[in-house]
Amino acid sequence: MPAFSLASRTVAVLVLAATLLAAPARAGTLYDELGQRAGLTRIVDGMVHRALLDPRIKDTFDDANIERLRGLLMLQFCVLTGGPCRYPGRGMKAAHADLNLAPRHFNAMVETLQDAMDAEGVPFWTQNRLLALLAPMHRDIVAARSAAKPGAAP
Amino acid sequence: MMQIMAQGSFRRIVRDAARAALAACIWSAPAEAQDRLPERGKLIATAGLIQVEGAGGGGLAPWALITGYGTRDAVGANVHGTVVRVTNFTLSTLGAAVGLYDRVELSYARQFFDTGATGRALGLGGGYQFSQDVFGAKLRLFGDGILDQDSWMPQVAVGLQYKVNDRAAVLRAIGAKSDQGVDFYVAATKLFLAQSLLLNATVRMTRANQAGILGFGGDRSDAYHPEFEGSAAVLLSRSVAVGAEYRTKPDNLRFARESDWYDAFVTWLPTKAVSVTLAYVNLGSIATRKNQEGVYASLQLGF
Ligand code: HEM
Repeated sequence: MPAFSLASRTVAVLVLAATLLAAPARAGTLYDELGQRAGLTRIVDGMVHRALLDPRIKDTFDDANIERLRGLLMLQFCVLTGGPCRYPGRGMKAAHADLNLAPRHFNAMVETLQDAMDAEGVPFWTQNRLLALLAPMHRDIVAARSAAKPGAAP
Repeated sequence: MMQIMAQGSFRRIVRDAARAALAACIWSAPAEAQDRLPERGKLIATAGLIQVEGAGGGGLAPWALITGYGTRDAVGANVHGTVVRVTNFTLSTLGAAVGLYDRVELSYARQFFDTGATGRALGLGGGYQFSQDVFGAKLRLFGDGILDQDSWMPQVAVGLQYKVNDRAAVLRAIGAKSDQGVDFYVAATKLFLAQSLLLNATVRMTRANQAGILGFGGDRSDAYHPEFEGSAAVLLSRSVAVGAEYRTKPDNLRFARESDWYDAFVTWLPTKAVSVTLAYVNLGSIATRKNQEGVYASLQLGF
């Protein structure tokens, strides 16, 4: 029963596959690949536009300043992807603390961003590199416990 | 008379127990979950598939992901049918699974192993069929394999599969020690989103011969063995993933060697409600018949 030599062989193959995938030659930063400020502005506009129409999350934005949100999101994505920007907004915890967001809201927002990037023709693997930078923010954005309704007091 | 009474009270007990269980589920659910079913709150493909014994996983290995598209606030569930057609045999599986609040998974699968024309050559009779019930439970322990993209920490779950084969006499005749057994496993699953790569490693403690189709324990060994099950999948789009898996196996029976299993698969998920998986699968040697390779096809429906 050669379980362990096979296990180590399998791990070796998996690690090799991961390395190959991680290392394709790339020009510039993710910021460049997403089309710099102009590209990010279009992506963010598409995302916010979709979020405001999405029955799963649109109510959350009732009291929000949408113009400000668009601008801040663009700057935040710019900084995250290696662009020459400064993000002057609030931290993610402070910005979302009163919204009582649940995991499904976070994922719905991710889907609006995916749809926006699809519409801009961003390749799937490039999309995932941006999503990988945003995903850990769920710890600050999603409330520790889900409330009855987003935006409602717990 | 006694019997009728006993039957009556038995029915009543079952009925009351079912009612109590249902009520407990509804009351223990977060308040908001009750009016939102199906929730479908997870991202597509992040609920995994259903593996060949009915647990949430890949095709061969159980994963640490909890099946169904319910998040911590909801329940997800699915049904599936899988056919594995290899050189001499056909393994068909029908099953159902539920994921509770992205924490607990319960599954049931019934497997039919059809020996076809080979059954006669093996002395079992043409078209002889083994079948087995697999009851599965899985508990997610820690980690978020999908969203915690800033750490290497995988999502980790433990699980068990209780299997009952319906061919006790034949199993005894081929040298198996038992017609039922329990597999215990620990699975670690991690999505490397920047690489669009999902990796899984599972260690299973098992006495099962050919996953239990040929019984549990044998005349060569009756002990639990640690076996390794690895999966790697690359996401090509939101609706297509390709990957490969490897599963080592024990070798407990004298009459026939048992080999490792592997597959290479492509999965299509047109929506969160449907997935179709096709694979090349190699099950090695089964019941003295070598080179059992062929096709794995699985359809899954759920929310
Ligand atoms: C990765 C996910 C997310 C990112 C990166 C993100 C980012 C941001 C940023 C940069 C701001 C502006 C902060 C400020 O006002 O100073 C903001 C505000 C806001 N976000 Fe998010 N957000 C995410 C998820 C969500 C989700 C899931 C929702 C709701 C479903 C949401 C709803 C809001 C609302 C309503 C505001 C405005 C708050 C206000 O004006 O007081 N966000 N977000």
